[in-house]
Amino acid sequence: MDRSDVIQKLRSLAAEGMPDEPEEVAAPPVEEEGEEDAKAKKKKAAPEPRKNGLLEVSHAEKGVHVDVQLNADQVVAAAEIVSAAGMAIDAITGVDWMKDKEMEVIYDYCYYGDYSTEDGKAFRIVVRSRIPREEATIPTISHIFQGANWHERETFEFFDINFSGHPELKRLLLPEDVDFFPLRKDFKGL
Amino acid sequence: MSSVPFKDKLETFELNLGPQHPATHGVLRVVLTMDGEYIYDAEPVIGYIHRMHEKMGENRTWAQFLPNLGRLDYLSALSYNLGYVQLVEKMMHIEVPERAEYIRVITTEINRIASHLVWLGAFVMDLGGFTPLLYAFDDREEILDLLEAVTGSRLTYCYFRFGGCYNDVDDDFLQGCLKFCKRFYNRIDMYHKLVTGNIIFRQRMEGIGPIDADMCRRYGATGAQLRGAGVNYDVRKNEPYSVYPEMDFDIPVYTECDSMARYMVRMDEMVQSLRIIEQAVAKIPEGPVKAAKVPKMIKPAPGDYYHAVEAGRGTFAIRAVSDGKNKAYRMKLRSPTYSNISLFREASRGMLLSDALAMMGSLDLVIPDIDR
Repeated sequence: MDRSDVIQKLRSLAAEGMPDEPEEVAAPPVEEEGEEDAKAKKKKAAPEPRKNGLLEVSHAEKGVHVDVQLNADQVVAAAEIVSAAGMAIDAITGVDWMKDKEMEVIYDYCYYGDYSTEDGKAFRIVVRSRIPREEATIPTISHIFQGANWHERETFEFFDINFSGHPELKRLLLPEDVDFFPLRKDFKGL
Repeated sequence: MSSVPFKDKLETFELNLGPQHPATHGVLRVVLTMDGEYIYDAEPVIGYIHRMHEKMGENRTWAQFLPNLGRLDYLSALSYNLGYVQLVEKMMHIEVPERAEYIRVITTEINRIASHLVWLGAFVMDLGGFTPLLYAFDDREEILDLLEAVTGSRLTYCYFRFGGCYNDVDDDFLQGCLKFCKRFYNRIDMYHKLVTGNIIFRQRMEGIGPIDADMCRRYGATGAQLRGAGVNYDVRKNEPYSVYPEMDFDIPVYTECDSMARYMVRMDEMVQSLRIIEQAVAKIPEGPVKAAKVPKMIKPAPGDYYHAVEAGRGTFAIRAVSDGKNKAYRMKLRSPTYSNISLFREASRGMLLSDALAMMGSLDLVIPDIDR
């Protein structure tokens, strides 16, 4: 498997989905500040939301090699890229970012390589996408990875994320008749 | 896939397998649409013992969540323990003393053998042979006694701690492990004579229940399914953790893709675990079994982290999202059996019901691990 090729394809996919950046404004000259001030400033400033794009991260620290954030309509294209490269689906899950009014859908892919060859080293890609929290919808990838079928059903019943195009988006682990979504952060128990 | 031509769907009938059925090894239900003796469609219905461990991960501290891990796949609980403590150690940059790592490897591997022994007994019983179960449980009992002496429990272990192990092991345990290894080499030979060579057994296994590498890839199946499909993949080798790189062991691989291949993979894996245990007991250094400094309050830096280990049934992985507080913001547990059973629908299509049940046995299902 050509890892750099996969990375390159995902990178250009992520670049396609980026909004046109405004002309770069010349950075204001950095003012000399006392260390205390800088610290206080750093604490106050809320962390910027992550922009779409591809990061190569440290496997020893994060447990994955490549971390890509994409628009919701690009996750199918990303699944096609990793599938064509012979990678396997590991898991799909969601994260409820209630404060940001966003849902994050996370796709984990890994490569089942032969460990005795150079090609077989571990290779894990995580693809993530942020969608609005209310009426969250994202296209299904269950036609590419059939195993995604159950993962998407699970994510749907825990987070109320609608996977459009899914063949049978019904509850999997919970009883059929529940009317709550237990992993949403505003779920307060029964 | 079988080439049985299906008649019109109107000529099929529905059959419920489970949720209380010995062959499903717990509360798993499979809704079968049958065309005579052949399976037209098989839909696993899961969730009967769903306990929402992922939510529990969000409302208790990192340390409080530790005992939950042994309740997922209760047969190879120590692998799950290991995956979780290593994840937290990764997030908190905790260094583990070498002796603790060796103890972890020894106990995890001996636990893996115990787990495979339950599978062996239950699997052969699925096929109609009751005796091997008694032999397998006899061996397993020896392991449980050993592990009980160091961990304090016989099934749902919670032995590892962030930065080490709960307590040190004594010479009795290490010698006991060696004694067990010596005994078990002979027992494996006996199992091969008793079970593997049996012509009835082989005829129900060979060439039946095909699961190929591409199907594993599309469903995310790991463990013996993958290695029985000719893929030389094992997290212990591909993504080495703990002191596995210092051990000399092989990953058994069979290319037949059938139930027999998966059976042989697990049988050979037990021998490889014995090799690991013997080497680890020989190499284990003296020293502390807990890291000197482990923060009382575990508050990992915000971000998300991933860690995978090779459990008895395949890759067990955790994706934890931290927001810098003392509880996880999100704890995704990726259990191997969940992915392994999800391919049953596709794999069983067109099979005889009895063959499909043999294949289900070769998947080595642990229902609490599917339902979480």
